[in-house]
Amino acid sequence: MASRAGEVRRAPGAAAIAALVVTLTLGMAVVVGKGAGSLRPTPADWSALRFTVLQAGLSASLSCLLAVPVARALARRRFAGRGLLISLMGAPFLLPVIVAVLGLLAVFGRGGLVNDALSLTGLPRLSVYGLHGVVLAHVFLNLPLATRMLLMGWQAIPAERFRLAASLGMPQGAMFRHLEVPMLRAVLPGAAVVIFTICLASFAVALTLGGGPGATTVELAIYQALRFDYDPARAATLALIQFALGAGAVALGWVALTSAGFGAGLGRQMDLAAPKGWRRAVDALAITLAAAFLLLPLGAVVVRGVPGLSDLPQGLGMALLRSISVALASTVVTSGAALILSLAVARRASGARLFDAVAVLPLAVSGLVLGTGLFLTLRSLVRPEDIALPVTVLVNALLSLPYAYRLLLPEARALCADYGRLSDSLALRGVARLRWITLPRLARPLGFGAGVAAALSMGDLGVITLFAGESGATLPLYVHRLMGAYRMEAAAGAALVLVAASFALFALFDGIGRRAAP
Amino acid sequence: MKTSILALGFATVASMAAAETPVLTVLTYDSFVAEWGPGPAVEKAFEATCGCDLKFVPAGDGAALLGRVQMEGKTSEADVVLGIDTSLTASARATGLFAAHGQTWANDLPVTYSDADFVPYDWGWFAMVYDKTKVTNVPKTFEELGASDLKIVIEDPRSSTPGLGLLLWVKAAYGDKAKDVWAALADNIVTVTPGWSEAYGLFTEGEADMVLSYTTSPAYHLIAESDDSKAAAVFEEGHYMQVEVAGKLAATDQPDLADKFLAFIGSDAFQSTIPTTNWMYPAVTPSAGLPEGFDRFRPAKSLLMTAEEAAAARDGALAEWQAALAK
Repeated sequence: MASRAGEVRRAPGAAAIAALVVTLTLGMAVVVGKGAGSLRPTPADWSALRFTVLQAGLSASLSCLLAVPVARALARRRFAGRGLLISLMGAPFLLPVIVAVLGLLAVFGRGGLVNDALSLTGLPRLSVYGLHGVVLAHVFLNLPLATRMLLMGWQAIPAERFRLAASLGMPQGAMFRHLEVPMLRAVLPGAAVVIFTICLASFAVALTLGGGPGATTVELAIYQALRFDYDPARAATLALIQFALGAGAVALGWVALTSAGFGAGLGRQMDLAAPKGWRRAVDALAITLAAAFLLLPLGAVVVRGVPGLSDLPQGLGMALLRSISVALASTVVTSGAALILSLAVARRASGARLFDAVAVLPLAVSGLVLGTGLFLTLRSLVRPEDIALPVTVLVNALLSLPYAYRLLLPEARALCADYGRLSDSLALRGVARLRWITLPRLARPLGFGAGVAAALSMGDLGVITLFAGESGATLPLYVHRLMGAYRMEAAAGAALVLVAASFALFALFDGIGRRAAP
Repeated sequence: MKTSILALGFATVASMAAAETPVLTVLTYDSFVAEWGPGPAVEKAFEATCGCDLKFVPAGDGAALLGRVQMEGKTSEADVVLGIDTSLTASARATGLFAAHGQTWANDLPVTYSDADFVPYDWGWFAMVYDKTKVTNVPKTFEELGASDLKIVIEDPRSSTPGLGLLLWVKAAYGDKAKDVWAALADNIVTVTPGWSEAYGLFTEGEADMVLSYTTSPAYHLIAESDDSKAAAVFEEGHYMQVEVAGKLAATDQPDLADKFLAFIGSDAFQSTIPTTNWMYPAVTPSAGLPEGFDRFRPAKSLLMTAEEAAAARDGALAEWQAALAK
């Protein structure tokens, strides 16, 4: 069926999901801003906009650029603890923002390791606060994602291609040009778009490490408009500008995107050629530096958290349980939606471009506007605290959809290109096709995506604060409440519990995916 | 069989009784209802006398509270709003959603405070808090602080009430000179955080020498952690106050209970829970007095703008602040 040109391939499931996503994102902005005329942004808004785009652009480019040598080294080297290192290096992405910031400061802050080392050697201390601090934090949070996306790209190059290249006697440089560059061109734009869009909605990182009002982002302006001034129309206008930026990034990503088109292999994993000599040293350096950059702050989070573990209040257990149930439920929703959308886009169903844009849009959504819109819509129907958890599941599923989707898409495309005809010729449809072709081939990104979705859902704080009742706190909210009551040590302990639980969920799903992969 | 019918009957009666128990809904900020906050004790004490069910609904932080009230408007389920601070009471009044409280109990605030719509339940002096073992040359004014090389972390006035309080503090103390004070402070400010918790967290991590907090912060460390190393810097120009207030919503369906609760706020049962749960001064000094550490600090001068002055000063002061710090 895929071979006949001009045939309309419908994807009703994907269309329904896309409609729901649009309602929840753009729809909620409209609900918040209803009844208001068009508002002109102020000069302060424009400077916030400039700073937002600047920091997001720098963060995305640096994360992607640095991820290339790291992922390449990880793809072609084998060493003891490699699997664990790859898993652990994914962890910063899963940290709640304030925990990540405090971990980073333990290394790069005024009294951090780096500055202590500098002053020991007689060098001047460095300040981490400013644009460079914001970018540093965003790279810390997003380098793991970019690295994993690229690593999967390398693993998706069929082993036969490398073997063919080797038998043709291709030197390293040529192999890079003919095999690896096309893969990078297929994967990097997607990764850059995702990271750019994540950083667009940055609020606490940008403000805390930015050093002052010069580092104001659009999200802060939205926060101010909704919280202090209660000017929903202004908040909605700003939220729509943020959307427009995200949509612009997605469109740019399309222009840059090309298909890798390696064709089908036998699905074998082969060790990539691991060149010796100076290349070996470069790879070792890339892995060591990345591991130090990502793991030292993580270690600081653990060290800070351990003393607080003995001082954890009673309510923590319930909060943890609530968070885990929310995470599991939203993971199921996200994974299903991402699978349906990515398959529809990969087989170029009608509306594929629209689906592609819609699947990334939640990244650019303002969590505050989304929560407010939902609150305004739902509170006339039910009591907010009665639906706190279902709403949190829905919102977390929505916010993690872009990650799960983007992780699936390249491999879904490869699957359609490589196995589409085979499946058609075997008349494999529906459940059988899903079971024998789709799920096994996509197990790896599906598992990784589910892990990311689960961990993100554990760490998310955005919407629950509007809906949570007296006793409905999730773990991130609980950590926040502890910090708000001077209990920094208990908060650090609770944060460690949160990180451990997030990481356990992530490792569980990621592990299932890796084991199920052929 | 008989027993189960009986049990069913009892259950029905019990649920009817539960349904008839009036519910008083109090909208407040998040930390008030935390298991270690004032909420649980206040709820228990009030329910012992009111024959009602007191329900707290948390609405994020203090800055989010007024937004929530406006979002819900006249259809709010809440009867009482507790936790607005005086820099926002003018905006709260302007919504037209609040009713006069009619309370007559007197408060013990260090300044005269009376408002027809809002009753104060606790208050504190803002202060720069530091570690006595690390800072020895303690500044006595904002100008001295600006001239020093001490590093401070403050909260953003656009997203937090302490941040807004600091803005009004500098304005109240220095008037037209406020922008020069901010210009001098610019190089002392390590960073500006979205809220109090982040700022205090950075301070305890050693990222700054001083943090904008309250004069009662050292008392927390003293009482809860037996740690006497923290202190609040005494500033000669006076200390701005944060007064936290409660008000009755005009659209309440429980006006009598709401009045009862506003009266209860002035009682010993409510006020005595405040110091060691909310770590603020109670609006009425409890009969047992104040806990240890709360009497250490008495500024020479207490500063507080009226609600209307604060509302009028806010936008201009914010613009000055942004201009001085954005450089």
